[in-house]
Amino acid sequence: MMALLQAVTVPQPSALDPHGPAAAREATLWWVMLAIATVIFILVLYLLLRPLFRRPVDGDTTPGEAMPPDVQRRWLVWGGAVMPAAVLFVLFLFTLTTLAAVRMPARAGDLTIEVIGHRWWWEVRYPGRGVVTADELHIPVGRPVRIRLSSDDVIHSFWVPQLAGKTDLIPGQGNDTWIQASQAGTYYGKCGEYCGRQHAHMAFVVVAQAPGEFDQWLAREALGAQAAGDSGAVVGQKVFRDRGCAFCHAVRGTPYHGDVGPDLTHIASRRLLAGGSFDNTRGMLAGWIANPDVMKPGTLMPAVEMPADELQALVDYLQTLK
Amino acid sequence: MSTIEAGPGVEERLRTNWEPPETLYFQLASVDHKKIGKRYLITAFLFLLVGGVEALLMRMQLSRPENTLLTPEQYDQLFTMHGVTMIFWYAAPILSGFGNYLVPLFIGSRDMAFPRLNAFSYWTFLLSGIVLYTGALIGMAPDGGWFAYTPLTGPAFSPGLNLDFYAISLLFLTISTTAGAINFIVTIFKMRCPGMSMSRMPLALWSTLTMSFAVVFGMPPLTAALVFLELERRWNFHFFDPLSGSPLLWQHLFWIFGHPWVYIVILPATGLVSMMLPTFCRRPIVGHTYIVLATIATGMAGFGVWVHHMFATGIPVLSTTFFSAASLTVSIPSGIQIFGWLATIWHAKRHVWRTPFYFIVGFIVLFVIGGFSGVMTAAIPADWQETDTYFVVAHIHYVLIGINLFPVMAAFYYWLPKMTGRMLDERLGRWNFWVMFTGMNIAFFPMHVVGMLGMTRRIYTYPAHLGWTWLNQVETVGGFIFAAGVLIFVANYFISRKNGVRAGPNPWQASSLEWSVSSPPPAWNFSVIPAVASREPLWDGTDLLAGGGGDGRVLSHEKKTLGTTVLDAVPDSVLHMPEDTLYPLGLSVALTVLFYGLVFKSVPVFAVGLLATFAAIVGWLWPKPGELPE
Amino acid sequence: MSIDAAAVFPHEPLPDRLKGARATGWWGMVWLICTEAMLFASYFASWIFLSETIRAFGEEGGRYPPLGLPSLMTVLLASSSIAAWWGEKGIEKGDQGRLRIGLAIAWLAGAAFLVCQVIEYGHKSLGPDSGAYHSLFYTITTTHGVHLAVGLLMGAVVQVRAWLGHFTRERHLAVQNTVLYLHFVDGVWMVIFLLVYVSPHFWRR
Ligand code: HEA
Ligand code: HEA
Ligand code: HEC
Ligand code: CUA
Ligand SMILES: [Cu+2]
Repeated sequence: MMALLQAVTVPQPSALDPHGPAAAREATLWWVMLAIATVIFILVLYLLLRPLFRRPVDGDTTPGEAMPPDVQRRWLVWGGAVMPAAVLFVLFLFTLTTLAAVRMPARAGDLTIEVIGHRWWWEVRYPGRGVVTADELHIPVGRPVRIRLSSDDVIHSFWVPQLAGKTDLIPGQGNDTWIQASQAGTYYGKCGEYCGRQHAHMAFVVVAQAPGEFDQWLAREALGAQAAGDSGAVVGQKVFRDRGCAFCHAVRGTPYHGDVGPDLTHIASRRLLAGGSFDNTRGMLAGWIANPDVMKPGTLMPAVEMPADELQALVDYLQTLK
Repeated sequence: MSTIEAGPGVEERLRTNWEPPETLYFQLASVDHKKIGKRYLITAFLFLLVGGVEALLMRMQLSRPENTLLTPEQYDQLFTMHGVTMIFWYAAPILSGFGNYLVPLFIGSRDMAFPRLNAFSYWTFLLSGIVLYTGALIGMAPDGGWFAYTPLTGPAFSPGLNLDFYAISLLFLTISTTAGAINFIVTIFKMRCPGMSMSRMPLALWSTLTMSFAVVFGMPPLTAALVFLELERRWNFHFFDPLSGSPLLWQHLFWIFGHPWVYIVILPATGLVSMMLPTFCRRPIVGHTYIVLATIATGMAGFGVWVHHMFATGIPVLSTTFFSAASLTVSIPSGIQIFGWLATIWHAKRHVWRTPFYFIVGFIVLFVIGGFSGVMTAAIPADWQETDTYFVVAHIHYVLIGINLFPVMAAFYYWLPKMTGRMLDERLGRWNFWVMFTGMNIAFFPMHVVGMLGMTRRIYTYPAHLGWTWLNQVETVGGFIFAAGVLIFVANYFISRKNGVRAGPNPWQASSLEWSVSSPPPAWNFSVIPAVASREPLWDGTDLLAGGGGDGRVLSHEKKTLGTTVLDAVPDSVLHMPEDTLYPLGLSVALTVLFYGLVFKSVPVFAVGLLATFAAIVGWLWPKPGELPE
Repeated sequence: MSIDAAAVFPHEPLPDRLKGARATGWWGMVWLICTEAMLFASYFASWIFLSETIRAFGEEGGRYPPLGLPSLMTVLLASSSIAAWWGEKGIEKGDQGRLRIGLAIAWLAGAAFLVCQVIEYGHKSLGPDSGAYHSLFYTITTTHGVHLAVGLLMGAVVQVRAWLGHFTRERHLAVQNTVLYLHFVDGVWMVIFLLVYVSPHFWRR
């Protein structure tokens, strides 16, 4: 785990800086609650501090009488029960309207993305479009997109703070959620539920694109990998086969369709590697293949021993997978 | 009206009956609630220090992005052990410690209803903690988080012994907690001194009673979940595995227990506050009856909100809204309590600015902040953003430290003089408060922010470019300031033990019965069982020794105390208190062997433990020579 | 303020301990039973939850659970409870013989139940590792069996003490608590019988 600089700039994943309708409603609810909380907190502070700064009249410590019942009732019933009940009632209504507003719109069904959680990466599928990728969702701007969530192992949670709140990926149970970006851009997403050793490095990005760009991307992703052209890549492809990478990884358009690890058909065009752990640069890629467990301790990808020249050829090959 | 006097020779007889010699045997065999209470306090406090050190290590790791001080494995074990230690082996037991020491004194009795069971509860608490930490010592500490969600914690994904230490030590601990709760209920039901009818019970008894009921009814779902987990891990049963069971079953069982549990660890503390506050405001608490009702309501409503921990699991919206409404509703009883304390301070005759009062004022502030972050997570759409982030981490520390640790600190300053006979130092006390209060807010307030900025919990590191770094650094500094505050308390304790001002029976001029006896109290607590005529027996000017009853209230000839009726506390029997005995310790040790056998899958060890357990139970219950059989 | 002496403290000497439903020991047993009842309630809730969430929750091949042997077991436990109750009523009248006989019958019926349970397990073709239904079936019935065994152990100790003449009309808390516990275990079985054995005959097609 060296200092892993990340050049891919994503905006801070702040839930309070929403870029989608669901997150926006959720943020509004949050700010309203914060405002209410602040008002009541100030009220409580006033009730608490005012008497404290009122100096005691004398040093007499003999205990006083109990306060008369009507005074007791005024504080406890009006202050302690009725006031909070009224505030909470309003708050609950606001919760309900927010809930209604963030329900999945019917239009979301037009585009569905399947997201499957793995320790510790995200499998991303576009059913019916022949597209499989990892750790990166592309969506068209301004359109609600349905996300079908499931898990291959333990519970994870799908979260893109700027677009929508969390929904868990539970093995044996499908959950649905939806996201919509109101602006083109790259949004940081993260696994919310603790899922073991590398829960910290189970991130992804959502790339929101203009509809035309999105369609292009989708079309390109649907294609299989191009046959390896230059000689380095040809050698690399053999290494990929002989060193067992193909047991776990698929490269569409070739005979390799391992399904344990991420689909690598277009690995070279992805922004991040290994659950968003680091940037997809040549150096990182080589380092990862040589020593995944050093780069991401506990990862389920084994280190595969190979001579340096083979490694270089392998990376050459992977970098042709655009 | 006659006043009862402890006649000649009474003290001598009480001493021979109640005060064993200070030998090792009698230390181990002791069933004295005061000794047991102190042991609970010390042990639980040590667990706080251990859990605190674990937290500081985590804070060091998080003080820089991409830090390599800890491996992910170590970090996972640390946050799990931190949470488990704090929640189970610190927060509840520390209150059992105060309860054990104080409840018999509050009610004018000489011991708990089942003194041997009480000793057994303590030993079991201690030994179960040792079983838990055995895992840490051999590098296999639990690493599934304090709520250990399946299937991550099932056999497929956590094959090591780590989670077995979790499940088995917790199963062991539930025995202690349940036994302790039953003991509190029966003690409070049956042993209140004459005149202390239900309506005159001090508030701490109500909260202890509510807590105990919550344990009796709330603990078993956890037991069931842990039994299922072990059967699944060890014997290939299926409850939670997604292929033939349901991972959500664990979450339901755990949180049906879990939410009542968070009230279990605060209700007795709020009760202690309600007993201390009048002393510093020189007036009886405002709204006694409402606070009683609010306490009970909190305990009961706590059983109906568990799904608010599962809002993101895809449970149908209709049922989550029900639980959202319920969670908002539990705020109302808390509001009632808060306004009771505010009113008491508002209408105070004067304020006595001593350390416990500082902590109580701080507690109110923290309670409100922590309560509000709870309310903000109870609103479902907001929770989808907040859940599993540092916002929730902020919530739990404001409530747990604010409503548990701050009252506990106040209670230490208030009641330690009763236990040791010496006052704690006032100047250090104020330092203690201010350092802890500032440290607390510096450490945990920024967590609300960093959580909303997208930082999820339980991550051993984070990248630099997300803008979380400086907030994490502030938190780490705050954590260390807070720890310094805790250390000031430790120092104050040791300094004052030797040099503190002598306390005398009632240094605070307080109103409840424990202040009517010497500090520390004699082994038998009360030479004459007192009789009370109001909620503030030491303030109402009555003579505690009046009320008739003669020798029936002295009971010095054997180890005896008085039994009374449940509602009106009218004397109805003489209770024989058991002698010191090694059986409680023996039974605990036997169970420890049995549970170690389970952890390490050793049939012989398990069998030895089982036989020893059986022998200890029979030996315990068999009538002793010369004793009337029950 | 003053204390009303007469109301606070009775003039006649107090009984040395209490018997019956007011004794501390009795209260202890009551709360123990409550917490145990919650444990079984958690099991039953899990049963209902899983039967709602899992499609294939039930006996192999959609068969119904057999009712013959479990019905006999139900009768055995009911008679055990009745015998224990009869024996306890005996000692309340000071009748040592009735206590001994009642306890003995109760004990034998309980033991017969456990034998039947072992036989029933022998008839089952699938073990607890075959799926959630069987896991829960075995967990519930075995936990109940263990509770009954504990009750029988207590029964055995009380039995011995009954023969030693430890109990009198005034003093028989151990009997009382043991019998209460046995009633509880028997009651739990009734729920198990209805939920685990009988109810599938109604909710399964
Ligand atoms: C000491 C323990 C304690 C206490 C007292 C509370 C109190 C409350 N808690 Fe908290 N909670 C925890 C301990 C506690 N909690 C823990 C440990 C977790 C995390 C578990 C984990 O995931 O690790 C948790 C998590 C948690 C969640 C799940 C978050 C998530 O994981 O997504 C929720 C959601 O609803 C919640 C809600 C509440 C509410 C509504 C209260 C209420 O009881 C608060 C009521 C109090 C007030 C509101 C303040 C006083 C009232 C007034 C001044 C009156 C005026 C008020 C109003 C008008 C609102 N809590
Ligand atoms: C009562 C409960 C309690 C208390 C008091 C604390 C106290 C502290 N907690 Fe924690 N915490 C929890 C309950 C508690 N916590 C729970 C339940 C979780 C969730 C766990 C999970 O996710 O599973 C959690 C999680 C948690 C996290 C999140 C971890 C993660 O999600 O990755 C963090 C991170 O900063 C943290 C920090 C702290 C700090 C800095 C303190 C400080 O207050 C600590 C202060 C320090 C001391 C009290 C020690 C002082 C002693 C010394 C300095 C040494 C002296 C030594 C000798 C004398 C021998 N806690
Ligand atoms: C046993 C299975 C297995 C083998 C063999 C294997 N991998 Fe992987 N690979 C994985 C898994 C699992 C991941 C996801 C790891 C993570 O993110 O934690 C992964 C991730 C990757 C990634 C990053 C993908 C992404 O989208 O971020 C690359 C590149 C990669 N592997 C290349 C290789 C190469 C090259 C080889 C052969 C030398 C290889 N793998 C062998 C299982 C395997
Ligand atoms: Cu996946 Cu955390
Ligand atoms: Cu809760």
